[in-house]
Amino acid sequence: MRLGYPESIKIIRVPCTGKVDALHLQRCFERGADGVLVVGCREGDCHYQSGNFRARKRVEEVGRLLERIGIGGARLRMVNLSSSDAPLFVQAAREIHEAVLAAGPSPVGRPRRRPAAPATPEPQAKEALRP
Amino acid sequence: MIVAERKPIEEILPWLEGARSVLVLGCNECVTVCEAGGKKEAGMLAATLRLLFAKEGREVNVGERTLERQCDPEYLDELRDTIDGYDAVVSLACGVGVQFTAERYPSKPVYPGVNTCFMGAALERGVWAERCQGCGQCLLALTGAVCPVARCAKRLLNGPCGGSTAGKCEIGPDVDCAWQLIIDRLKALGRMADYERLIPVKDWSKDRAGGPRKVVREDVRP
Repeated sequence: MRLGYPESIKIIRVPCTGKVDALHLQRCFERGADGVLVVGCREGDCHYQSGNFRARKRVEEVGRLLERIGIGGARLRMVNLSSSDAPLFVQAAREIHEAVLAAGPSPVGRPRRRPAAPATPEPQAKEALRP
Repeated sequence: MIVAERKPIEEILPWLEGARSVLVLGCNECVTVCEAGGKKEAGMLAATLRLLFAKEGREVNVGERTLERQCDPEYLDELRDTIDGYDAVVSLACGVGVQFTAERYPSKPVYPGVNTCFMGAALERGVWAERCQGCGQCLLALTGAVCPVARCAKRLLNGPCGGSTAGKCEIGPDVDCAWQLIIDRLKALGRMADYERLIPVKDWSKDRAGGPRKVVREDVRP
């Protein structure tokens, strides 16, 4: 269908939303995400029976926590879609995008960059290894 | 196990005012099983604190560590080399672990991250119920292994009170009458004769009424 969704969204694939832990959600915000959308299978369609229901409880728990610490629970959402629901995915992606734009940048901000890694060996060193 | 529940972040935060580095200290025993203060909960509290401090623009180093136990000195000693790097410790262990950590490191402020509730068991995932009050003089042999001290609201030792209705206690429709449970169990065991035996007056000095308690076993002491 080649439907477009906002470029600001980065997709992280997981085997099942049941694998998405509260810690993963918190870490997204720690690393500077302004919002997180968890996309699970439709209710009743979970290959592992209850993975998407478990994920929803965790999303709600972390959402409450974000609200309490002043980051805003609206930055975290979950929707249930099937793999053939591309138009609905695009709609949900646009909605979280709009919600994040309305809420503004996360008050957590971006994490500081770590010190630059040591410089890679000079090219001539590799040249020297050539026969 | 000792059952605890997580304290609200709003209660913990004021204690950390002015701290520049905080250690969130989990415990791998009871509080891990009741999902209140294990490695995962320590990670969650540490992440929450990091988010909060970042939001407030405070530069606070939040470390996390989970010890095998906080109620044994040898495990607490594992912190000896690192604890000086922290201004404060939030212990997610039961009240025992919080106190023992503070005793081991007297110059370090140690705050509780959980409310310690009772000694209990998991009825199902996410539901824990009280089963023992540590009264120091176990009566379970006489009561079909159902404790009237922990499970009867009045701690009655010789049969139910008049508030027992349809197997439930008068304090709430969700609370089983301990004596109904005892009678049902004794019947199932064919031991109703035990119900007729009077339990003598209990020595409550072995309970908390006797003050802080201590158990000493000379044969295992070094």
